[in-house]
Amino acid sequence: MNSERIVGTAVPRKEGLDKVTGKARYIDDMVLPGMLFGATVRSQIPRGKIRRITFPPTISWNDYVIVSAKDILGKNCIALIGEDQPCLASECVNHPEEPILLLAHPDRHVLRKAVEAISIEYDPLPAIFTMEETERGSEIIWGTDNTFKTYRIEKGDVDQVWSKADYVVEGEYSTGAQEQLYIENNGMIAAFDEQSGVTVWGSLQCPYYVHKALMALCNLPAEKVRVVQMETGGAFGGKEDYPSIIAGHAALLAIKSGRPVKIVYDRAEDMVATTKRHPSRTRHRTAVSNDGKILGGEIEFTIDGGAYATLSSVVLSRGVIHAAGPYYWPSVRIRGKAVATNMPPHGAFRGFGAPQSLFAMERHMDRIAQVVGLSPIEIRRRNFLKPGETTATEQTVHEPIDLGKLLDRGLTLSEYHSKKERFSRQNQTGTTKKGIGIASFLHGAGFTGSGERYLSSVVGVEGCADGGVRVLVSSTEFGQGTKTVLCQIAAEALGLRYEDVSIAQPDTTQVPNSGPTVASRTVMVVGKLVESAARGIRQTLTLSGVLGDSYTADEFRAACRSHVAAHGQIRSWAQYEPPPGIFWDDQTYRGEAYAAYSWAIYIAEVTVDLNTYNVSVNDFVALQEVGRVLHPVLAIGQIAGGVAQGIGFALYEKVIWQQGRMQNNQMTNYIMPTSSDLPPIRVFFEELGNVHGAFGAKGIGELPMDGPAPAILNAVEDALGFGFNSIPLLPEDIFAAIAERPLENESDIASEVR
Amino acid sequence: MIDSPEERGKSEISFTVNGERKFLFAFPMERLLDVLRQQLGLTGVKEGCGEGECGSCSVLMDGTLVNSCLVPVLQAEGASIVTIEGLADGTRMHKLQRAFLECGGAQCGICTPGMILAACHLLSKKPVPTLAEIQEGLSGNLCRCTGYVQIFDAVARAAQAGTPPSSLMRPE
Amino acid sequence: MRSDPREYELVAPGNLQAVVTLLAESPGAWLPIAGGTDIMVLYGAGNLPARKLVSIWNFPELRHIEVLGNEIRIGAACTYTDIREHKIIAREFPMLAQAAGWTGGIANQNRGTLGGNIVNASPAADSLPALLAYDAELILVSVRGERRLAYAGFHTGYKKTRLAPDELIQSICLPRRFAGYVSHARKVGSRNAQAISKVCIAALARVEEETVEEIHIAVGSVAPVPLRLVETEGIVSGKIVDESLVLLARKTAAAEIRPIDDIRSKAKYRAAVAANLVAEFLHLLNGSKHA
Repeated sequence: MNSERIVGTAVPRKEGLDKVTGKARYIDDMVLPGMLFGATVRSQIPRGKIRRITFPPTISWNDYVIVSAKDILGKNCIALIGEDQPCLASECVNHPEEPILLLAHPDRHVLRKAVEAISIEYDPLPAIFTMEETERGSEIIWGTDNTFKTYRIEKGDVDQVWSKADYVVEGEYSTGAQEQLYIENNGMIAAFDEQSGVTVWGSLQCPYYVHKALMALCNLPAEKVRVVQMETGGAFGGKEDYPSIIAGHAALLAIKSGRPVKIVYDRAEDMVATTKRHPSRTRHRTAVSNDGKILGGEIEFTIDGGAYATLSSVVLSRGVIHAAGPYYWPSVRIRGKAVATNMPPHGAFRGFGAPQSLFAMERHMDRIAQVVGLSPIEIRRRNFLKPGETTATEQTVHEPIDLGKLLDRGLTLSEYHSKKERFSRQNQTGTTKKGIGIASFLHGAGFTGSGERYLSSVVGVEGCADGGVRVLVSSTEFGQGTKTVLCQIAAEALGLRYEDVSIAQPDTTQVPNSGPTVASRTVMVVGKLVESAARGIRQTLTLSGVLGDSYTADEFRAACRSHVAAHGQIRSWAQYEPPPGIFWDDQTYRGEAYAAYSWAIYIAEVTVDLNTYNVSVNDFVALQEVGRVLHPVLAIGQIAGGVAQGIGFALYEKVIWQQGRMQNNQMTNYIMPTSSDLPPIRVFFEELGNVHGAFGAKGIGELPMDGPAPAILNAVEDALGFGFNSIPLLPEDIFAAIAERPLENESDIASEVR
Repeated sequence: MIDSPEERGKSEISFTVNGERKFLFAFPMERLLDVLRQQLGLTGVKEGCGEGECGSCSVLMDGTLVNSCLVPVLQAEGASIVTIEGLADGTRMHKLQRAFLECGGAQCGICTPGMILAACHLLSKKPVPTLAEIQEGLSGNLCRCTGYVQIFDAVARAAQAGTPPSSLMRPE
Repeated sequence: MRSDPREYELVAPGNLQAVVTLLAESPGAWLPIAGGTDIMVLYGAGNLPARKLVSIWNFPELRHIEVLGNEIRIGAACTYTDIREHKIIAREFPMLAQAAGWTGGIANQNRGTLGGNIVNASPAADSLPALLAYDAELILVSVRGERRLAYAGFHTGYKKTRLAPDELIQSICLPRRFAGYVSHARKVGSRNAQAISKVCIAALARVEEETVEEIHIAVGSVAPVPLRLVETEGIVSGKIVDESLVLLARKTAAAEIRPIDDIRSKAKYRAAVAANLVAEFLHLLNGSKHA
């Protein structure tokens, strides 16, 4: 590990110069000759039959390209996992803002007015907006029972624990929708000609997802669909599946018009029409012994998927697998359910189900602590998973993780004990209350279970004519450092300089399918394949005699140049092979759910102002074991950014729904933290390595999303003496809870709060 | 050109951008943001929200930071405007650009042009800002990727850097 | 961008006289635009009803600050940054300088104007409670000349003012008599910067030998207009602050305000916080540890 020169160092971001000079090209910076603008006519009701569409005669409709479901040559669906989501609604709509028609015109402003002019009449049907309503089943809006998917994880004999329990602790916890709020809105340009087929350029995470969706929609073979990723201004999961929709729309308009078409959403449309984090509700019932050990329990985890199935089954999967937290459960029954409502479908957002179920677990641990009479620290310490023990899916923890020791380090870094004691004293008087709270958790990297085998990712590395080496992956850069880290890996594997390695723009005609850029898999899984493929280039050169066993970077370049000149391009491929000994049963949901877990202790210090009921986070310690830090600056950036989003999830970001439609779809009213709202976020790492990951790395992209919300709410409870189990937690909620508490002395709220 | 129906209503507007005097025709209520991007090709100026909240469209206008999505282009008449494209001095990066690269201040990059200009404006008023001053100075520029930590580092580092800006050709 | 620039006229005659003449020619036809930080947001959202605008940005006649012996005159087109950077305003009218620093981010402070804040007349506007607390007066100008009136009462209802259709605010006058007063302003928003206020208070008082001789309490976002809590001032004035007075003040304040539920917050929350902020100020006056 110590001999590495590039991996583990803070090399400059590959595309960094372009970003700080304004040269980086995002989709709205791109213009094609003859290009039209496209726009979407959307449903204004949550559910109903489309009765009539009227095009007022005041507009010369021949000047517009108009596309409806009838124009779809392939299947009218967004091919993802299921096929229930139409690309364009034809007979009925199932959520507000559902796309019905597409228009294109050379003039953006004229186009917008045309969209507004079209009137659609509906026969409304009863619509459902909450999980509880949909569970009642009085109205069936999807399938036979409004349920997209269920899972059941069963370990040990749960039904026996209740009689042995000294305590039975129950709790219900809920989380709201959260908007990804990438600063660059969704956008695509599509072009079509008979010879090359459809080409789309856009802001996206998964070129091959879009490729697959366009093939099905446009009824085109693989070689007649080309998808190119432009510089992407943030994604966080919000550009995992949604781009297939906007790309499909642009493509349909391009096919019909024969001209390139650009669709770029403005903020209001992006917020109201695209995916958000699944709202969740978790119910815990836990059997605990006198000395605070979890004996077993039941966890019921429900998520609201919106109107169509999209990714809900996978979000549910990750949510249920993480629901038991980093603890040893001798027995547990976890039941998960994803249900339908008449909201725009919810989708991927960093963490993907785990932030929801881990919020519940970590709030519940504090409740267990209270009931049993132990501290939040002690209750966790006594239940942490240890090497050799099994998770809820009966995966044995093989790595030498010592969560107790990690906890100790976290306590020291955050000065937890001294602060807790000091706050407890200071809270006796004054109108502000301070608290400190903790969350301990894990996050599995890569696709669940057999997912990576199903993806069967392929990576290429190319020896170029100039002697340099180029990485060929469909993994995309959207700020997390994909380009930088994969180039570091290739350079390290080959003994080259960082500058000798470049990476191709993700273009489905140029790069193989290395899988989607999701699930914290890029460095760990794809990176490892890059390592192999890179070594393959070296092998080719060695075998052909132009390269010795040891060489300088310049010698490598010379060898590569001469080989390419003599034999043409060198390409080396590597394909994912499941590691031996990884066993997963999709039916029973048992086995090795993930090849590797990162582990974390997060500690939040908060102040609650009893005059305004605002909560501010004053200090945040994020400590995690991540296998290997491949780039210290990028890794800190990932954690800090994820913590900031987690703080938003906990305290600021509320989606206000009315009849299934987001009302606060502007940045003025959907509140994300500014630079003045966030504390210094202090990031610390530990490294245990990982045999399954490139240079020992595990995934870190999503990990930081899981911890902040429960740590903060645990801190709020420490400050006030009573707690909240639903996020986002707004000042209005704190006020309402305080107002409901019976007061003896109206003028002194402080005396009511321990 | 100005007599055609499409062009009627346009005004002749002149301002300086990145040191160059520009003369153009635009409808007075076109947003400065759109004129910079579409007529002048300065696509480094970004649109994130269109409502003056995210700061991605920030430019310097007569030395002060403004949100170009909220400036009607007529009001830019005679002004001196600096966009991210004008920050570097020839092939030499501005010290803020270098600091952002070194410290991880740019992740996805979409907020970066506006953020760097906001930092530039801050340093012009407060050459050695405290953390609180940096936080306040950048509070109108939203970043979703970084949690601001490494952006603050970058601004602090640039404030300390007295050395001349490094070459654009080889960022170190 | 949800408006078509081709449908709008924006003229910039370049001086105050030309603008008021234009406004007089067709009263109500032309909408004055200064820094545009309110108008352009509506425009971008496709919600600006006006189609003809006249620019009053950066007129020297409207963008200077005059320091006289007994008052300060702030030109209506002074930006929040102009206000924050003015040393005498920062010293003698700290609540106004503070409010200017609360409005938007730096970029919006560089363009937003005090006159614009007044004329836009949002009950949530940040600087208006401070103007009420400081007994501001307005000088309005039109082709008919100037007139001066008290700022109190300028707002007649939600987004309605006493401004005539052909008038502009020329300057805002603040009497220089608050040296030695205790003042306290606070804005409660959804976050620490760039937030529309949920509740806002600007209060000042002169205390002599523990007795409150004069007290002004102004609040925003809790009624259709920014408000002086005249009743509450009345029960505190001339008294010594003690806990029972604070309790009474809370009740009186709660009865004077008319908060609503809206997309940002709830009426009950606003009422409670407004009462808390009044109490906070009163505690400040009696040097209590509660403050």
